[in-house]
Amino acid sequence: MADRQYVLRFSRTERALHWIHAAAFFLLLASGLALYLPTLVAVVGRRPLVRAVHVDVAIAWVAALIAVMLFGDRHSLRRTLAELDLFDEEDRKMLRGRRFRAARFNAGQKINAALTAAFALLFAFSGSLLWLGERDTRFRFANTVLLHDGLAYFSLVLLVGHLYLAVLHPATRHSLRGMTIGTVREDWAREHHSRWPALEREAAEPS
Amino acid sequence: MPPPDPTARTYGRRTFLAVVAGGASSLVWGGSAWRAAQHALHPLARALPGNLRAIVPSEGWRIYTVADTMPSFDPARWTLTIDGLVERRQSLRYEDLLTLPAAEQVSTFHCVTGWTVTQVHWRGIRFRDLLAVARPTSQARALQFVSAERPYTDSLELKQALRHDALLAYEMDGKPLAREHGSPARVVIPEMYGYKNVKWVERIELVAHPSDGFWEKLGYDRDAWVGRSNRG
Repeated sequence: MADRQYVLRFSRTERALHWIHAAAFFLLLASGLALYLPTLVAVVGRRPLVRAVHVDVAIAWVAALIAVMLFGDRHSLRRTLAELDLFDEEDRKMLRGRRFRAARFNAGQKINAALTAAFALLFAFSGSLLWLGERDTRFRFANTVLLHDGLAYFSLVLLVGHLYLAVLHPATRHSLRGMTIGTVREDWAREHHSRWPALEREAAEPS
Repeated sequence: MPPPDPTARTYGRRTFLAVVAGGASSLVWGGSAWRAAQHALHPLARALPGNLRAIVPSEGWRIYTVADTMPSFDPARWTLTIDGLVERRQSLRYEDLLTLPAAEQVSTFHCVTGWTVTQVHWRGIRFRDLLAVARPTSQARALQFVSAERPYTDSLELKQALRHDALLAYEMDGKPLAREHGSPARVVIPEMYGYKNVKWVERIELVAHPSDGFWEKLGYDRDAWVGRSNRG
């Protein structure tokens, strides 16, 4: 519809962080599975090369995230961080399964963000220990690989839920537009994020 | 911006910090939790067909290799050489191995990185029976295993290899060893971590002293007793 209004949901910096993380996650998952699943190990082989790819992608992932945080729109990141951190009464209503009115993020999205950030830090921590442990016995702990593998299982569960809501679920899949182009339909935002302060300002035109 | 909500709580950072703390502390308790998950998920894994089982944590095998390509077993060309400090150098074909006295056992496989696989059914030849063919000399004190996966080697003292539960396995869980598990023959010594359980064995050299293998040159203990060695 030509007269639809749009409102900016995610800045370029936020979108860059999301897609860097997503791309790295899929590359790390693919290379990780080729290192982890016996059948794939036999088919793919070349473990030293696959492991090098896994480690190099992980280093590039961390470096790119840091670069975006340093040189991107830090104001928008701080604002988003504050929004994700705080759970108000409406968020608590959602967690209790009652009717609620969400702001830019609902409680489920906030939890997803907290878990994703925590998993990322733990992946980097355990991956670094695995790398160091092969070179120096002081960094070798019996359960490091179990932490790394366990994170992969939990992350996969989180990813399946995230993909379902972002791509398939009729009520929420429009949000994918916000993470690709940046804007979402104002009528969709009013229905699902009615307490979002940006809706009180002038709606943006499609970009 | 609207005024701050006095009822708002910082659950986001609390969730983040709690998960990070739980994850980091799992370096201490993770092994117990993993084994509990293995036990709980074992029936599910058994219900899944073939290769799908590998995605369930209860099946537990991880395949570590050090070379670019995994060795392939060609029955027509493969031989196991037993040489060094022996009276009768041997070059055994695969079918020769199968004619030697067979032993079977069910044991747990432990990796030094923390994972274990329980109830593994092995079939193979006790080293006592294998070495009887080659007759080690009185100077022989250790076995040096050379893998077809270059440059992987490792060694066991003779008395370690002669333990009641050590063998050169050619079957696992009722089937010939799969390629990723070291076909056609691998060392099995359950009391030691997996890196001593050399896969794709193609040569056993009897020597006077054990020497550092692939991982031992990178700092791992030469004696890899489960629960006692490699403790930092």
